[in-house]
Amino acid sequence: MPELNLTSAPAHLRHGSSIGQPLTRRDGVLKVKGQATYAADNHPPGMLFAVMAVSSIAHGRVTSLDVAAAKRHPGVVDVMTPDHKPQLAIDPEIKTNPFVFRMEVLQSNEVRYANQPIAVVIAETLEAATEGAVLLAPCYETLPALVGLDAGESFVPPVVGVGNPAENHRGDVEAGLASAEKQIDVVYETPPQYHNAMEPHAIVASWDDDSVQIDMPTQGLMLSLTRVAELFGIAHDKIHIRSPFLGGGFGSKGLMAGPPVLGLMAAKLVGRPVKLVLRREQMYGPVGHRAPTRQRLRIGADGEGCLTALDHHARTVSSTFDDFYEPAADASHTLYAAPAIRTSHDAVRVNTGTPLFMRAPGEATGSIALESAIDEMAWACGMDPLAFRLKNYAEVEPITGKPFSSKALRACYDQGAARFGWSKRSLQPRQTRDDAGLLVGWGMGTATFPALMFQAEARAAIRRDGTGAMEIGAHDMGQGAWTALAQIAADAVGLDIDRVEFKAGTSDLPDAGIAGGSAHTATAGAAIHSAGAAVIAKLADLATKDQRSPLFGAGNAGVIARDGRLIRRDDENRSESYTEILARAGVAEVEARGTGAPNPAAMEEYAMHAHGAVFAEVKVDPELGQIRVTRMVGAFAAGRIVNPHLVKSQLFGGMIWGMSFALHEEAITDRRSGRIMNANLGEYHIPVNADVPPLDVITVDEYDPHVNALGIKGVGEIGITGSAGAVANAVWHATGVRVRRFPIRIEELLT
Amino acid sequence: MKQFDYVRPATVAEAVAAAAQPGATYLAAGTNLLDLMKGGVSRPDRLVDVTHLDGLDQIERLADGSVRIGALVSNADLAHDAEFAKSYPAVVEALLSGASAQLRNAATVGGNLLQRTRCAYFYDTASRCNKREAGSGCDAREGENRTHAVLGWSESCIATHPSDFCVPLVALDAIVEIEGRNGRREIALDELHRLPGHTPERESALEPGDLIVAVRLPPAAPGFAAHARYLKVRERTSYAFAVVSAAAALRIENGKIAEARLALGGVAAKPWRARAAEDVLRGVAPTADAFQDAAWRALADAKPSGDNAYKIELARRIVVRALTLAAAGTPARIPALPASPFASTSGAIHA
Repeated sequence: MPELNLTSAPAHLRHGSSIGQPLTRRDGVLKVKGQATYAADNHPPGMLFAVMAVSSIAHGRVTSLDVAAAKRHPGVVDVMTPDHKPQLAIDPEIKTNPFVFRMEVLQSNEVRYANQPIAVVIAETLEAATEGAVLLAPCYETLPALVGLDAGESFVPPVVGVGNPAENHRGDVEAGLASAEKQIDVVYETPPQYHNAMEPHAIVASWDDDSVQIDMPTQGLMLSLTRVAELFGIAHDKIHIRSPFLGGGFGSKGLMAGPPVLGLMAAKLVGRPVKLVLRREQMYGPVGHRAPTRQRLRIGADGEGCLTALDHHARTVSSTFDDFYEPAADASHTLYAAPAIRTSHDAVRVNTGTPLFMRAPGEATGSIALESAIDEMAWACGMDPLAFRLKNYAEVEPITGKPFSSKALRACYDQGAARFGWSKRSLQPRQTRDDAGLLVGWGMGTATFPALMFQAEARAAIRRDGTGAMEIGAHDMGQGAWTALAQIAADAVGLDIDRVEFKAGTSDLPDAGIAGGSAHTATAGAAIHSAGAAVIAKLADLATKDQRSPLFGAGNAGVIARDGRLIRRDDENRSESYTEILARAGVAEVEARGTGAPNPAAMEEYAMHAHGAVFAEVKVDPELGQIRVTRMVGAFAAGRIVNPHLVKSQLFGGMIWGMSFALHEEAITDRRSGRIMNANLGEYHIPVNADVPPLDVITVDEYDPHVNALGIKGVGEIGITGSAGAVANAVWHATGVRVRRFPIRIEELLT
Repeated sequence: MKQFDYVRPATVAEAVAAAAQPGATYLAAGTNLLDLMKGGVSRPDRLVDVTHLDGLDQIERLADGSVRIGALVSNADLAHDAEFAKSYPAVVEALLSGASAQLRNAATVGGNLLQRTRCAYFYDTASRCNKREAGSGCDAREGENRTHAVLGWSESCIATHPSDFCVPLVALDAIVEIEGRNGRREIALDELHRLPGHTPERESALEPGDLIVAVRLPPAAPGFAAHARYLKVRERTSYAFAVVSAAAALRIENGKIAEARLALGGVAAKPWRARAAEDVLRGVAPTADAFQDAAWRALADAKPSGDNAYKIELARRIVVRALTLAAAGTPARIPALPASPFASTSGAIHA
């Protein structure tokens, strides 16, 4: 990996405080020039190409592979199979911690889902390896495939999501429903979806004895390193992972999956560097996806439109061999002030790769159903959907009764509605047409996502030349960590951003935790903030204890760091530069470490969530059923906004994904074979530019003293919530047709 | 990938000779073929690259008033030929509603005619497909088939032809010029694609070695320019194949339809010319009732091949709308969202 030449002083740079500035991304020029090195761009000398052969059946076992035919093909070097592979140090079926998921790395000839790796062909060229994989011509013993939400006996999973109880309740739901004046009982379905990051999963692995160099996109450098260490039985310091850029992760690159392990095994087998890149269709299986759901919502309200009960049940699927359950019903925990709430889940097992975290897991699926059902309830009560939501505004978290650490949702509703012009909405559906005769509908949804914190560490240094350094193994998945975290780093050490060397993206740096749960900026930012404070404290120590310094006697708490100087808090005329302090002390640099972590006491006391309100306008052709989103406004309150420019982009992306959820995305599974029939970007539809209307994002000011030191809540995933429901509700408002199966299809509007 | 021979003939005659060998396939832009090869759906032994042949990339106006489009003219070049667009607006609207700008820059006229179906079971080599492997069966018939054919299908095959371009072409009586082992011949585009019957693997009237060298639109075709539209319903605004589409072209004289042309896309294994519907429109006023009548005629023989009965009703409505739009007159400029029901959406700037 060549040295990264990030833009040191991006456009719009204002000197002084960096946090809050709308800097353009510092890796932008590299990316535009094609100079940003993604994993698959690495070509160490002697490198071979590995291609996975994957199963075309969903259930059964491989009975034969024509290894000889593959090996005869010119350029093929070796074929890795269950009978010919390097041994792993532990059985990958063993779950050594809750974040270990089972993977298929040629440990047996069993087939558990379609597109499961069954062999790896290693060759001098990609073309030879690809053809070698075809020549394997696998034969199978095929067993019936379990497909779909009714595949078998359902069961209540032990937990859903990450350790959430499968069932939860507060108050008496049945009594609440019985006392209700208006009631709805509706069933919504969401399809399986796949992450489809632009960059496919890829690895370039080079072994040197028992040490290994790995280029691989990962959202969790240290989690990946730990997994590689235990699978191959090597010490942590023998592993070096570089992941400077991810071409999108969305949860699919968070945990070590089978394919990169196969790349490591292949490199070990042939004793040469190996590159393994997934083909697009191979991403529909071994690297996670969003499970389908069927959600039943029973909601009651009294004569005033106040909720009396909210019962949200979600059916989902997991694989036949591991457990991950989309926690869809949990979306009903936090938003609406029903005196009685019950959420529950059940599941069936199907022949699929294990579903995993995908962009707002649970929140996204649950949100589109909940927000649609709330819309139905508002209509049943004869109320405007916004008025209904305000009527049931939760002043405390409904499921726990805890106060919110901060909640500017009312301001989101107000500002979003004003910008959108919501007050002019007709209550009745199918009332409005544009000049061309198209039906026009307006819908809204409430957005919410928890403000999470994980663990991270950072190292800060201040050098005698007046520059600073900040090191943290953080991950830029496209969200802008190279920029936003550097902004936090600059403020943390009291320097302009172009005076701080910011290092991230490799496993030899301090552990930044996982870039997931919308918590990376908050978590890594907190570590950076505390490392900066620690190094400044050390520097202040040098100055305030030295009689020769104008800061002598000020004490640690008595100075602030700004523009490369320490300044007496009570007398700004007394200050000294970092260079002067270090020169006089005769040290080259001072360094310190800091950590970021959740605050259990605050978490016990407060419910912590980001919120938002999304408003959408759609137009629908009344005869042809074609839908077009024409306008969206999203107002979000997510604590402190580190970089408004990048945050807006994140929220745009989320809103587009929400629109995609409502109108486009679906993995089509053959109900007999369990194979996915549209495993490509031509037929798995996501919105193209021409589908995306003008989007308007408002970031609502919100100060939160409890979530973390910097007051950051995270914006990665919240954009998809609320947005999907807003679009679906707008389709109802345009047409009067309530579609409860997503994505909404043309045929359902051909009334 | 399977290893293959690559030949680049210098002349059409050499090309025909090279491609007549068993296992040989023509390569033009490859926007479809290369995907098929990467997926193992097509495994040719020899590619005969015709992109370097001279003289096949011209748009010529012939003395008799017809236009001759060389097989290697790119979709984009044809669509952006102002004179062509003026004479054949529905053809251009169809072209611009297909694929993406990048694909249109590469894809050729000849290749567009010969693109393969988008049936998922044809692409999935683990599925049975009579088109891919004759006699193996059809997994689409009982499979995920909401986008499949409603006209002209058989128990052997329910796939559709995906081209947009071919739909107005067949409506306008386009003629295909073919160079073959026995010299040059020409056939109506309507005769080029075959319905599946019992032999869905035979998709066209072409014989081994046959090379499409040009497509010709006859002298009568520009007579419809004032009232010609293409309308395409799809699952996203761009880069999606038609669920159903229609090309409608009218010659209106003294308030009556002197002649009507109508073809449907996305409904059958070929671009579907609806002659019975054209017949009922001849000599009548362009009214909603007349168009409804035509729509019923056009879909009279339609039947669902699976979970796709809605396509029949959708096709009727598209026919009515396309005829209505055509009767209203061809817009002076191709809409920003070509062939979309949202063509008139203000502020839309994407094609």
